[in-house]
Amino acid sequence: MAWDRNQMAERAAQELQDGWYVNLGIGIPTLVANYVGDKDITLQSENGMLGMGPFPFEGEEDPDLINAGKQTITELSRTAYFDSATSFGMIRGGKIAAAILGAMEVAENGDLANWMIPGKLVKGMGGAMDLVAGVGKVIVIMDHANKKGESKLLKECTLPLTGKGVVDRIITNLGVFDVVEGGLKLVEMADGVTREEIDSLTEATLIN
Amino acid sequence: MGKIYNSAAEALDGLLFDGMLIAAGGFGLCGIPENLISAIKDAGTKDLTVASNNAGVDNFGLGVLLQTRQVKKMISSYVGENDEFMRQYLSGELELEFNPQGTLAERMRAAGCGIPGFYTKTGVGTVIAEGKEVKNFNGQDYILEEGIFADLSIVKAWKADDTGNLVFRKTARNFNPPAAMCGKVCVVEVEEIVPRGSIDPDHIHLPGIYVHRIIQGEHEKRIEQRTVRQREEA
Repeated sequence: MAWDRNQMAERAAQELQDGWYVNLGIGIPTLVANYVGDKDITLQSENGMLGMGPFPFEGEEDPDLINAGKQTITELSRTAYFDSATSFGMIRGGKIAAAILGAMEVAENGDLANWMIPGKLVKGMGGAMDLVAGVGKVIVIMDHANKKGESKLLKECTLPLTGKGVVDRIITNLGVFDVVEGGLKLVEMADGVTREEIDSLTEATLIN
Repeated sequence: MGKIYNSAAEALDGLLFDGMLIAAGGFGLCGIPENLISAIKDAGTKDLTVASNNAGVDNFGLGVLLQTRQVKKMISSYVGENDEFMRQYLSGELELEFNPQGTLAERMRAAGCGIPGFYTKTGVGTVIAEGKEVKNFNGQDYILEEGIFADLSIVKAWKADDTGNLVFRKTARNFNPPAAMCGKVCVVEVEEIVPRGSIDPDHIHLPGIYVHRIIQGEHEKRIEQRTVRQREEA
């Protein structure tokens, strides 16, 4: 029994500490917001907002209020708005404690690839390169293997990089892994997952 | 000499020329200078290089200038919402320079502040770093990125007074202030022009020194991704 999307998001939410300013990527990372519980977490939207609220009720959408995925959202009592240069200033300046984002590949040295596949349509990196280079902690949530059953935790990335040596922790459907000297350290296994399963689906060097 | 003009065409008169570099505010379709884009389309200015985070959608935003083939090159961070853009790019008709979003914003802001280049760790070790100077500060590598000095800035704000002091609204601020700062001339369209003195000086987001021409426009403000939540049953 591996973790499903929501369980991965719930596990990722445990990484967040009270008082943190956090940036959540699109997809499974967005679900992390559902599991922060009582912790005082402020979500950043990198187009220029701290204190991102939930989606609006129907009829209350405001075209001037969107998140970095261009979805309509709402503000909270703590919300602050600012321009994109200021927004990426706080990202590059290390003021955002953590970013949680998806990935296509992660290498055992912390290299991350999540923005382009050569030969396929390239849409752009958006703010991903800035985020992984700048924030305090980079946490990746992704499936352990791709649709062909091949490991996404690699010795070296094959795709063009988003950032070099930037990933701190990886949460997959099979477990939790830290990037450490010499490889990936298995921190935790999902309920019911065996070490053999993890070994067979991991190309990267696993430590201990 | 006043800054207020009657129409977008009038506000752009004498400023447009083929091959120019334009910095445009906006993120997705949020806070984009709709009226000025439309006036540039009507003016037919060609071979434009446009620095803008996104390229609009097929029939709205900067997408309209792509349909008329007025754009030679885009400097953007994400262009995924525009089929015509992709068609022109893949066929080699359109040049594209991808910039990380924060690097793009800072390239505009820096130029507006008279800074021709700056070092950033964004993109180190990636294709973005290719051909760029690398410098090590305190044990960490940084790459040199250059300011974007635009011929013209086109910007959307919520309110302006007649001296050009601007107030933006919510996340429609986005790239508008840095885009406004980096142009030799900055033309702003707003929803409302208010008398000087009616904006609290402490609440001005961008001072009028950056703003040369102002128009009041009609704004469609199209929503790109309408997402809502259900009301809980009472």
